[in-house]
Amino acid sequence: MQHLWLIPALPLAGFLVNGIFGRRAPKAVINLVAIGSVALSLAWVVKTLVALGALDGPYVERYFTWIESGILSVPVEFAVDRLTAVMLLVVTGVGLLIHIYSIGYMAHEGGYHRFFAFMNLFMFFMLTLVLANNYLLMFVGWEGVGLSSYLLIGFYFLRRSATTAANKAFIVNRIGDFGFSLAMFLMVTRFGGLDFPRVFSAASALPRETEAGLLTLIALLLFVGATGKSAQIPLYVWLPDAMEGPTPVSALIHAATMVTAGVYMIARSAPLYQQAPIAMDVVAVVGLATAFVAATIGLTQFDIKRVFAYSTVSQLGYMMLAVGVGAYAAGIFHLVTHAFFKALLFLGAGSLIHALAGEQDLRRMGGLRKKVPVTFATLVAAGVAIAGIPPFAGFFSKDEILLAAHHHAPWLYWLGVLTAAMTAFYVFRAIFLAFYGDYRGEHHPHESPPSMLGPLVVLAALSLAGGFLPVSRFLGPLFPAAEAHHDPILVAVSVAAGLLGLGSAWYLYVARRGLADRLAARLGAVYRLVYNKYFVDELYQATVVRPVVKGSEFLLWRRMDVGLIDGAVNGIGSRARAVGAVLRLMQSGNIRSYAAWVLMGSVAALIALGFSGGLR
Amino acid sequence: MDSVPLAWYLILSAVLFALGVAGFLFRRNLITIFMSIELMLNAVNLSFIAFAYKLNQVDGQIFAFFVMVVAAAEAAVGLAIILTVFKNRPSLAVDEVNALKY
Repeated sequence: MQHLWLIPALPLAGFLVNGIFGRRAPKAVINLVAIGSVALSLAWVVKTLVALGALDGPYVERYFTWIESGILSVPVEFAVDRLTAVMLLVVTGVGLLIHIYSIGYMAHEGGYHRFFAFMNLFMFFMLTLVLANNYLLMFVGWEGVGLSSYLLIGFYFLRRSATTAANKAFIVNRIGDFGFSLAMFLMVTRFGGLDFPRVFSAASALPRETEAGLLTLIALLLFVGATGKSAQIPLYVWLPDAMEGPTPVSALIHAATMVTAGVYMIARSAPLYQQAPIAMDVVAVVGLATAFVAATIGLTQFDIKRVFAYSTVSQLGYMMLAVGVGAYAAGIFHLVTHAFFKALLFLGAGSLIHALAGEQDLRRMGGLRKKVPVTFATLVAAGVAIAGIPPFAGFFSKDEILLAAHHHAPWLYWLGVLTAAMTAFYVFRAIFLAFYGDYRGEHHPHESPPSMLGPLVVLAALSLAGGFLPVSRFLGPLFPAAEAHHDPILVAVSVAAGLLGLGSAWYLYVARRGLADRLAARLGAVYRLVYNKYFVDELYQATVVRPVVKGSEFLLWRRMDVGLIDGAVNGIGSRARAVGAVLRLMQSGNIRSYAAWVLMGSVAALIALGFSGGLR
Repeated sequence: MDSVPLAWYLILSAVLFALGVAGFLFRRNLITIFMSIELMLNAVNLSFIAFAYKLNQVDGQIFAFFVMVVAAAEAAVGLAIILTVFKNRPSLAVDEVNALKY
């Protein structure tokens, strides 16, 4: 017994303690509880993994039966295999760094204990999601991280835009979760259970010729869930708005961990997807389309967090592409390296925003290289990592994905390379705009405290060297064998694309400043289309949101709620009152009239008695 | 006694009872109402005794004693209440004794 339950239970305890007693506790105690619980959780993960050794097969712990109903039996079971091990280390490791960073970032914010309580709650649900050994328990974590995400996006709940963004995230995710639920219903009816081993063995036992439709349907429904959580087309719209939350939240939940849950879920369901090639193609194409579209939007944004948010959407698209073409290990590898450099990008952006007292607009930054040197250096480290410059982390994982994509279909590769060039461009555009040129703001920038810089430096080291982690080799045996692809020319092309993106960003924003604006003006309508995010939000507003709101207002509110439900309640009430108005006349309070009633009643009883033949 | 039929007693009892009811319902003075109640009780006593005699059973007589005891107790309490009411207000009209109603 390794007591796996301790891993999520520790942050849960932190949540309860800080949530209940945090209001009156001093900050040092809150820090100790919140960060201590995550650190202990990480320590327990490490201890467990050391004890479990090579992890050739899954290690399962069963606690109790949760649901027992007819054919359905859902136990609460945690399992650790190599995939879970990687995820556990990423979630607790990056989570711990971001918790430490938050001490400095949130130092001057209200609701300090609330923030850390919700962060711990998130850790609890994320670890449950990762450890679960059946789809339902995974779904519990899946919904729970959605809840924590909602609570943290709406952390500044006095700001209208924050609460709206929180609602948007929650509602859009609900659409995806609907697909996930339908997939689970299908599994219960067709496979008789939701445990991973059972579902996968049942899926591979099905005759592929006759049951391909069923498997494709289940796989696609699961993917609908993944598009919601992992912000893929068409449900990606919530993620950029989620930047309303505090920056550590963006780093932890909306970049490093929660949004990768969809990728994890598909990798976990690999045996299912292997049986449904059509679904895999859909995943790959949607992933690549998301990567491309989000990257183009990222080129034009001026809010530094939004640039990185679209970058996250784009990188998640890469991961989806990877799992879609069957390169699960490469997808998870990219998930890991992305967790490093994207968390770093967000934390660096947070450090910058902190330095500028809340300024997020790149147009009001500039020339900050000397003012915040550590932040600058770490952001550049993240930049070269995401741009795929060898030998930094992004290079290895992205290349594995692109090579696998080329093996699957060359056009996937070329579009991926184009996206890689854009990725390098928008990240360095943000860096050059913020750190080069002249300072265009009014505040006096100051470097962040050590509690913020420490995690930045650790993450920078991981972003630079993370590519040498043998994640793919470690995960290899877990997934259907994908032959290793090596093609120096393709690697050279993608590296060249990254360098080209970096170089053109340098040219446009440092060497020939002003050229970018002229270029944007020249492009006119196209630029405005991209700058306004292809008007997708407006499109959804017009085609989905407004009809639903109007329809609900007319049918559900005015007809159903006011007409039927209120009508029935009020009708019963007013009938009762009308009857009461008549009966009330008897209750005069006059003794003699009561006596008269008693007399009349007795006479009536006597008469009835006489008619019915007396007492005998 | 044999010459007086049971029905006559019962008719007398019913008449007395009806008079009591009428007095209770239509008079306003508390003392009159009180006397009407006594009248009703004694009307009932009369029919108890008549039946007891006719059926040769002692139950009715015992019951009549109980009624008398209750009536005596009631007279004591009731008259005390009436006295108190009269001490506190000018009349004994039952409709004006309504302080507890509001």
